[in-house]
Amino acid sequence: MTISPEPTSAASTAASPIGVRSVDVGSGRDARNDALFRRAMFACALLVLLALAGAAGATLWGGRQALGTFGWHFFTSTTWDVNAGQFGALVPIIGTLVTALIAILVAVPVSFGIAMFLTDVAPQWMRAPIGTAIELLAGIPSIIYGMWGFFVFVPIMSTYIQPWLIAHLGDGTDDAGKATGLGLSVFSGAPIGVGIFTAGIVLAVMIIPFISSVMREVFLTVPTRLKESAYALGSTRWEVLWDIVLPYTRTAVIGGVFLGLGRALGETMAVTFVIGNSHDLSASLMMPGTSIAATIANEFNEASGDLHRSALIALAFVLFLVTFVVLAIAKLMLRQLAKREGGK
Amino acid sequence: MNAQIGMASAAVAKRSTVAQGLYRRRSAVNIIALVFSGLATLIGLFFLAWILWTTLSKGISALNINLFTKMTPPPGEQGGLLNAIVGTVCLSFMGIAIATPIGIAAGTYLAEYAKLKPFGEAIRFVNDILLSAPSIVLGMFVYTLIVLPTGKYSALAGGIALALIALPVIVRTSDEMLRLVPGAMREAALSLGVPQWKVTLQVLYRSALPGIITGVLLALARITGETAPLLFTAFGNLYWSINPTKPIASLPVVVYQYAQAPDEGWNALAWAGALLITLFVLLLSILARGILLRNKVSNE
Repeated sequence: MTISPEPTSAASTAASPIGVRSVDVGSGRDARNDALFRRAMFACALLVLLALAGAAGATLWGGRQALGTFGWHFFTSTTWDVNAGQFGALVPIIGTLVTALIAILVAVPVSFGIAMFLTDVAPQWMRAPIGTAIELLAGIPSIIYGMWGFFVFVPIMSTYIQPWLIAHLGDGTDDAGKATGLGLSVFSGAPIGVGIFTAGIVLAVMIIPFISSVMREVFLTVPTRLKESAYALGSTRWEVLWDIVLPYTRTAVIGGVFLGLGRALGETMAVTFVIGNSHDLSASLMMPGTSIAATIANEFNEASGDLHRSALIALAFVLFLVTFVVLAIAKLMLRQLAKREGGK
Repeated sequence: MNAQIGMASAAVAKRSTVAQGLYRRRSAVNIIALVFSGLATLIGLFFLAWILWTTLSKGISALNINLFTKMTPPPGEQGGLLNAIVGTVCLSFMGIAIATPIGIAAGTYLAEYAKLKPFGEAIRFVNDILLSAPSIVLGMFVYTLIVLPTGKYSALAGGIALALIALPVIVRTSDEMLRLVPGAMREAALSLGVPQWKVTLQVLYRSALPGIITGVLLALARITGETAPLLFTAFGNLYWSINPTKPIASLPVVVYQYAQAPDEGWNALAWAGALLITLFVLLLSILARGILLRNKVSNE
């Protein structure tokens, strides 16, 4: 199967009768052209590598002023005061992690259910159309999710969902001033609609099609004979899924979840609309907060000076590092299944 | 004797009740799981249908001919999205025009030269990460690479940022599609003495063309709705401009700005823009699937 240009050109040179110069010249030119072609292709492949390295290098370079000025305090300080020129990245970093975590906690069980439905539960005629619909929806630009969140979902959150959560789980009180909730500080505050919790839910809605189509694809790689053997022994559908399909695909499923996590961490538009863009650190998920991407999108074009701009670029560098690690884990885990598939 | 039979039958009865209990529990768990999976699908489809419905209903009510004939208006005035639509077409075209040749070439290198060697695998790994990397970081990269040195926002910078997002999609599909071309085809061409570069250009590309086009269409669908990287590269422009060295308007950025403004006219324009983007992206994805599917059928 291995085809390289060298043996071919060598063979044609050897086969050509001595004295027929045109053939020699031709094969020499072919060899040169081949080498040139190969180098051009190689250069383009290197560009891919350079793009990623460049993104890391350029954001680190652009953020050097902020990182140099604040040192480690950049990562540990919660103060983000544009007027005083104090920039600490802890609030956006926490906001990014918490919104992505909420999104994953909501999206993974739902996506798992959808993938299960589409591979083992739904009648045959239903699987292809629903699967295609979900894959198409995974391609809808995130700004649409952001607008829907801002115009439709935030009002619903502030009039129905958040008051209920605050009354039953948070610090809500009845008319007499008696506490009705459990007093959990994460669910306390005012029902203003925008905030960390809302951002997490919108992100979850956004990554559900994404994670469920990865999971569905992964579930479909399980050999039918494995599943049918289990059915033949009298397993129920759930037992086949839980004891056969899931162990077989475990690493790839986790890889898919991490891919979704990577999306949620780096998402800008779906979050910016609904997170509230506040640099105050709050224990409550109901309160406005901010994420790295939202901070950059909101403040970059109105940055007050070089230090502010540099702090925002340094934030981009932090985001790059976090998503790189998450995506690298995702890829390594997905690759394990691919390897096993290939080895069969 | 009778006592023994009695004991034995009692044991059987006990065993059968244990088995029945176990069976009941197993089928109960199964039914709960099945109901859960059905519910999850309903919830997922419900939210997605809701989002599409919102975009459709609010967008259609804002659709009119002005969208395609007038420029983006200042607050409180009537206007359209003409410069933004043209800007998005220009930016997407630039992104695809830059990313397609590079992406196909890189995919060719991976599929035809590097194959499964460690270096090729490393490039594939990096490419996959680039595929899911946050677009805002890529925008920042282009900002420090081009906007800072030249000192101004420009359409070209926006096009390059979009090219960076389109590139990994094209690399990946080209790589996968070229690897699907049967080895016999390469061997047949090479055995006729055709040099490798000609084999690649005239045999492999021809065979993998539908797949590669699919990749380009998917990349186009991906970059048309990208907002974040354009904010600080192409920036935005209230007026007509197709000059690549000047800031240029784009639909997603206009939608982003108009949606957040406290102005009903602007909000309506934002929904119209959102509808245009969504329809275009859905259409492209369906088209890409159609090409891939038709090709699959014809190969069989």
